[in-house]
Amino acid sequence: MFDNKEYSVVQFTEDKMIKVREMIARYPEGKQKSALLPLLHLAQETFGGWLSVETMDYVASLLKLNPIEVYEVATFYSMYNLKPVGKFVFEVCQTGPCMVKGSDDIIAYIKQKLNIGVGETTADGLFTLKAVECLGACGYAPMMQLGKHYKEHLTREKVDAIIEECRGKAVRLVSAD
Amino acid sequence: MLRVIFKKQMGIKLLLEKDKIENIRTYEVYRREGGYRSVEKAFKMSPSDIVEEVKKSGLRGRGGAGFPTGMKWSFLAKPEGVPRYLVCNADESEPGTFKDRYLMEYIPHLLIEGLIVSSYALGSNRTYIYIRGEYAWIVDILEQAIAEANANGWLGKNILGSGFDCQIYVQRGAGAYICGEETALLESLEGKRGNPRIKPPFPAVKGLWDCPTVVNNVETLAAVVPVLNMGGEAYAKIGVGRSTGTKLISACGNINKPGVYEIDMTISVEEFIYSDEYCGGIANGKRLKACIPGGSSVPILPANLLLKTAKGETRYMNYESLAEGGFATGSMMGSGGFIVLDEDQCVVKHTLTLAHFYRHESCGQCSPCREGTLWMDKILKNIETGKGKMSDIDLLWDVQRRIEGNTICPLGDAAAWPVAAAIRHFRDEFEWHITHAEEAQTRNFGLAHYADPLEVTASA
Ligand SMILES: Cc1cc2nc3c(=O)[nH]c(=O)nc-3n(C[C@H](O)[C@H](O)[C@H](O)COP(=O)(O)O)c2cc1C
Ligand code: SF4
Ligand code: FES
Repeated sequence: MFDNKEYSVVQFTEDKMIKVREMIARYPEGKQKSALLPLLHLAQETFGGWLSVETMDYVASLLKLNPIEVYEVATFYSMYNLKPVGKFVFEVCQTGPCMVKGSDDIIAYIKQKLNIGVGETTADGLFTLKAVECLGACGYAPMMQLGKHYKEHLTREKVDAIIEECRGKAVRLVSAD
Repeated sequence: MLRVIFKKQMGIKLLLEKDKIENIRTYEVYRREGGYRSVEKAFKMSPSDIVEEVKKSGLRGRGGAGFPTGMKWSFLAKPEGVPRYLVCNADESEPGTFKDRYLMEYIPHLLIEGLIVSSYALGSNRTYIYIRGEYAWIVDILEQAIAEANANGWLGKNILGSGFDCQIYVQRGAGAYICGEETALLESLEGKRGNPRIKPPFPAVKGLWDCPTVVNNVETLAAVVPVLNMGGEAYAKIGVGRSTGTKLISACGNINKPGVYEIDMTISVEEFIYSDEYCGGIANGKRLKACIPGGSSVPILPANLLLKTAKGETRYMNYESLAEGGFATGSMMGSGGFIVLDEDQCVVKHTLTLAHFYRHESCGQCSPCREGTLWMDKILKNIETGKGKMSDIDLLWDVQRRIEGNTICPLGDAAAWPVAAAIRHFRDEFEWHITHAEEAQTRNFGLAHYADPLEVTASA
């Protein structure tokens, strides 16, 4: 799950900068543009779960790129969010193998339970629902991605439990502040 | 009900032989079980001898196209003073395919071992694993394995005193099926949009940062380990004909035991589906209707053509037999993503989800692919939701034909084939959706005649 702490300026901490330098060192001299995808992932995790123009410009400056080179990339790949999303993003796979195992039902259930449509976020900003394409878990269908991990063999009961777990985490995050 | 007794003999395992051993994910256990022997052996050989062994093994690329790996390696250009690169394709995004994930998740060191040997054979000092962005937790597993390999002297400078330096890096993609296509992958690895390049030049001459590059699938590179350990000739004796060695199959859909299976390519499709060692039969006692045997891009086959070829011969789980009959009556091994549909599944709806997938994944560079995938998705959606016209079926056929062969990369073909095969074999189901538009919203066409034995004609 992405870092939910409030940040006032878009700037990596010194800890994260160590990681950034280590990422850039994976490529030969002068090929630092290759670090763009990994850096965008790191930036998205760090700065609220999505890529604002400010964030993208910051990444461009770190890699000495024109901002447009970053926008081009950020808009191409489906994992980069160009708009704010909920704290927990349910990405339910809807492709054939998951469909034959009931992904439609799971999506319908989540819609009803959270009272949102696909692509929408709950009013409290906690949950976003997305219908996505094959995630490489076809044998463990129906399934969804939640942050860094997969939730597989979904049933309505499992969805209930996942939602409860997320709500619990959200409460802990707030009280930790 | 089909009940067949299969020979009770476990198939040969070369990749997943040890996947169930506790903690095989860790270096200690992997090494104790004989891991990294192939690296020791490799450094006693010359790089060109290793390429020879791989050639002799008959190993074919496991990413989908089945191109002979040794031959691909021998095409790698070797200009003086220019670095060469090996890139491992772990993008695995073809619907139905989840075998590379299994290998990386459970026996990561097998891939690392294969990468070290292959890097040495090809002269790659910096080797990259390009992994689909969604496999985020597997990045940690691989990086852990790489750190362990470094700590134990299998990576880094002057490995085992050989004078060869090598480092492996994991690069995460960010959600784009097209980045599995090798030139799109290289673009992405260079920090750009995943737009496939026009070939030639081929990566073997001009690949990553314009340097000679080999791109191979995860399973292909892992298979280099048994090839070296047992020798190319011995590896080539497993399997049949040009389908040598073993193949990982990820099985999903309406079967009792979905999962990843290693097969030697001599078993029949029927055995694979019904034997308890593999899929364990169709779930809930239902009957088999159709199957896409090699990932979403390969032609779907009705049950009768799946289990037997049009000539009435048993169909086997190998490259040649699955392709027997060409596109008219056969399919392909592809990436090994085996999708099984039971009698309750709707071929129109299933094809629609695939068309939707390709529409979403088209990079948009070529108009036949960009527009064609959009149209196929729209037309199929109409037919599925009861708004189709009879002429839509011919229109659909026409659209897919205009994509095939007219694009920069094979994604266009990959989008066209599933639609073409669905119409070819299930035309009456499509027609029924149109003539019975209302009924089709409440029930499925069912098994119909798709499992009936076919009349075998001498000319077939
Ligand atoms: C649209 C498209 C997607 C592909 N996706 C993958 C993939 O996810 N993994 C893979 O290994 N090969 C994929 N390929 C095939 C690669 O282009 C390339 O042939 C392969 O990585 C070569 O490795 P191999 O010879 O070891 O199979 C894809 C090809 C196309 C056209
Ligand atoms: S065929 Fe499709 S995916 Fe491939 S380059 Fe053309 S538009 Fe892009
Ligand atoms: S189809 Fe859903 S994970 Fe592959």
